[in-house]
Amino acid sequence: MLDPTRHGGFRGLVRDEPTRFQVKREVFVSPEVFEGERRALFDRCWIYVGHASELRNPGDFRTRWVAGRPVIFVRDRQGAMRVLINSCRHRGAVVCREREGNARQFYCMYHGWTYHPDGRLKSVPGEDAYPPGFDKGAMGLVEAPRLEHYRDFYFLNFDRDAVDLKTYLAGATEYIDLVTDQSPSGRMEIISGVQEYDIKANWKLLVENSVDDYHLVATHATWLNYMRNSGVNMAPPKDSGLLLPTKGAGKDLGNGHLTTDNPNYRGRPVARWISVYGEEAKADIDAIRRELVARLGEARAARVADTNRNLVIFPNLVINDGSSVTVRHFYPLGPDHMRVTAWALGPVEETEAQRARRLHAFLTFYGPGGFATPDDVAALECAQQGYAAWRDVEWNDLSRGLTKTDEQTNTDEGHLRVFWRRWRDLMEACA
Amino acid sequence: MNRPKEPAVSRAEVEDLLYHEAELLDGWRLDEWLALLTDDAAYYVPPNDKPDADHRYTLFTIADDIVRLRERVIRLKDPNCHAEYPPSRTRRLISNVRVTGSESDAILITANFIVYRYRRNEPARVFVGHYRHRLRRVGGALKFAERRAILDAEELGELGSVSFIL
Repeated sequence: MLDPTRHGGFRGLVRDEPTRFQVKREVFVSPEVFEGERRALFDRCWIYVGHASELRNPGDFRTRWVAGRPVIFVRDRQGAMRVLINSCRHRGAVVCREREGNARQFYCMYHGWTYHPDGRLKSVPGEDAYPPGFDKGAMGLVEAPRLEHYRDFYFLNFDRDAVDLKTYLAGATEYIDLVTDQSPSGRMEIISGVQEYDIKANWKLLVENSVDDYHLVATHATWLNYMRNSGVNMAPPKDSGLLLPTKGAGKDLGNGHLTTDNPNYRGRPVARWISVYGEEAKADIDAIRRELVARLGEARAARVADTNRNLVIFPNLVINDGSSVTVRHFYPLGPDHMRVTAWALGPVEETEAQRARRLHAFLTFYGPGGFATPDDVAALECAQQGYAAWRDVEWNDLSRGLTKTDEQTNTDEGHLRVFWRRWRDLMEACA
Repeated sequence: MNRPKEPAVSRAEVEDLLYHEAELLDGWRLDEWLALLTDDAAYYVPPNDKPDADHRYTLFTIADDIVRLRERVIRLKDPNCHAEYPPSRTRRLISNVRVTGSESDAILITANFIVYRYRRNEPARVFVGHYRHRLRRVGGALKFAERRAILDAEELGELGSVSFIL
């Protein structure tokens, strides 16, 4: 519940001035802010559910938590994609307890009500005991009010009046296109094997961290060392003033979405060879490159193959198209606790060798056993520990690059400010 | 001539190897630990939802060939390995050791493990699962050719990162 004595609602939490940009640390610890975010963001924004490739056949389903609700992401018997709230209309028990599978029906183990994969109520034991007004047709599993997709990425919205998904995604569609264009048929797939892990930190810290290239040199010193040991040049050009080998950009894509856009230096399965892949992979990656150029033209192929992009779809979806592609979303379990779910994404056409190379590249950097992600987790948890002193040290600083007149680089914080301004606007509108 | 072959190894010898390994890992004596591996060794931690999967088609938590495994040790010894600095205190208990078969020159073994992991100001984290290893004799010494640590947890969840050697 909101604290009615809270002065000024959710105003004054972001200090956006000409020469400084600060965020109040209270936003990482406050139960009131956390409750406010559930209503202002997660009940109003388009929230990622899953990818079409996860449900190939009629009846296929995945159960997961989305925007704090247990849901069934299902392809019904007619082939339509749906998101059903996983809660029996009778007394609320979840009606599907398996992680994934193919269902002819969902069976509530409490009293035995069953539902069709499209959510319609199928049978009720002892139905004749219900009063005459009992309408089975109106007692199906409740569906998410809105479900739309862009290039196979499915999002739900609990706000019936929300703008359509494509409008919401604004400039982010261009960056999703750059990911899906890696597949000759435009079809990417979620690769089996999910990484689900908790971070004892506020969820917004992972938004920042996913696109913050300023932290790379300090947080990921051992990963940079590994790349150097593997023969990859990680040195910034002499006298460039850069922290990393190439100069990238941080971009505002509208509606709170943002991305980095960096010339690649760390290799890409599609399609830029580095020594880590081994000599034997060179010809194969050249071939992938030739297919890209033939299909997309030289310029577009270079855009797809030679840039890394860490994309945030507001509020809680990250698609990192770097040394591999990762799709990850996260949801707060409390102000200081989030659950992260992460997958690898790849073109459906990949050969066995290409897929193995992609997964190998993924694990070098990403995930709870990678050479980088565990240090991000440590960094976020360290920050959260520091916020215990939020009353004494009130403000986080995000002013890097604030007074620049040209474009924001990836190690500036202009793109992080995009998130915070949107966050502020939605929170203030709700309070 | 289908006489069963003499087991190439006794359970006691396998137990000695596993207990010695546990001591080295819990003591962060990682260079000595590397010496227990063959030159083509691999180390796998499958994803919690697909414990029997193949790392070539499935996203694992860890799938190291020997090159990356040696790099992992370099990383773990570096004070800039923030997830393990200061190093976690771990204690692993190993039981139910069995020699389950052989395959060409490899000996297949399984064992159950519990690894307790402690870090300052953090709750204890308990990693429970089983090992499925392939061992090989190199110059008389029994070595790990493939280490596979399979976790029982349905998801990593509050276990967080697998930033030490499981």
